[in-house]
Amino acid sequence: MARYVLIESRDPLEASEVAGYYYDLAAGLARDGNDVTLFLVQNGVMPARFGARADKLASIVKSGVKVLADEFSLRERAIPRDRLATGVAAAPLDFVVDQMAASSKVIWH
Amino acid sequence: MAEQKTLTFALMDAPFEQSRTTTAFRLMHIAAKRGYKINVFAYEGAVGLPFNLQKPHANAVHGRSLEQENHPLPKDWVAALMRETERNGGKLDWVNCGLCVEERGAADAIAGVRRGSPGDFLKFAQESTNTLVIATK
Amino acid sequence: MKVLQVIESAYRATIEEQDDTVVWITHAMKGAGGDFTVLLRGNATNYAVLGQDASGIVFGDWKQSEPPRIDKDISALIGKGVDVYLVEEDAVERGLGNTQLVDGVKRVRRAGLPKLVAQHDQVWHW
Repeated sequence: MARYVLIESRDPLEASEVAGYYYDLAAGLARDGNDVTLFLVQNGVMPARFGARADKLASIVKSGVKVLADEFSLRERAIPRDRLATGVAAAPLDFVVDQMAASSKVIWH
Repeated sequence: MAEQKTLTFALMDAPFEQSRTTTAFRLMHIAAKRGYKINVFAYEGAVGLPFNLQKPHANAVHGRSLEQENHPLPKDWVAALMRETERNGGKLDWVNCGLCVEERGAADAIAGVRRGSPGDFLKFAQESTNTLVIATK
Repeated sequence: MKVLQVIESAYRATIEEQDDTVVWITHAMKGAGGDFTVLLRGNATNYAVLGQDASGIVFGDWKQSEPPRIDKDISALIGKGVDVYLVEEDAVERGLGNTQLVDGVKRVRRAGLPKLVAQHDQVWHW
């Protein structure tokens, strides 16, 4: 089992490959038994607001992918912690550096 | 004593264009605070990040003078990270892609920046704990 | 000449620039006597949300003293007489249906866009 961190910097409403490719890649890696975190940053946090149209993100959560959203990107967009979509947790960017230092496979999209 | 970590970043975005630049510097700041060695391979427009002729300006729309505006300059961010890594026992090795520098006329970089080639990026990656490519879109 | 400024890309280089550059250039051209309306669409609908906070950026010993304040920049545009609209469906898709927006921002449905476009001599889609 490998550890993966997939960083998503874009919003699925503006770039179709975000959900159609990258979220699916995260789910597929999890299905294959890997430890997978999808880390949302910049406009990638837009679907993390409670009430946003983000069916695909919700399905990723159900597939066993851990979904984190960058604290600064949330604050920058006025998305409060208590208004996050179910299954999404706020996290500092330190998480990515922790995982890089631990030799996880870290991929930016 | 724990082994010192080395992280390599490949950057592609020109300054003042994309939020990826800010996020990349945030990541490097965290690594610098930890005393990690940091390698940067600046490719394409990213060779402009340490360009020495960047100048701050006042901003009439914001209603602020030159001093009040304190306009961010990526060259200052690079220099600040170089100082931060050294303070914490690390080092920031910033390599600008030489051909990218030539085609942009961006040879005048701040002290500490050197020019190199894709071979340097490969060597960085081979010698690092991990590598992250932050590509332009 | 009445111009519709359509702003679509959002949070693109806002830390380095201390603003959104299209909001900024609208301020500057309004100051130069231009007649503008702003339409926020896509992720830029989030520019109308109150409480955006991009403070606290630090790189080594460099600290940002003047972060972007985009909600205030939008409010200031309205204060200068610029009509600011956001696309209702784009906002709803982003969970902004019941979110408190900057005072004076108007909502327009996608079906209303042809009429809005037709009211302007030029449309500048940034």
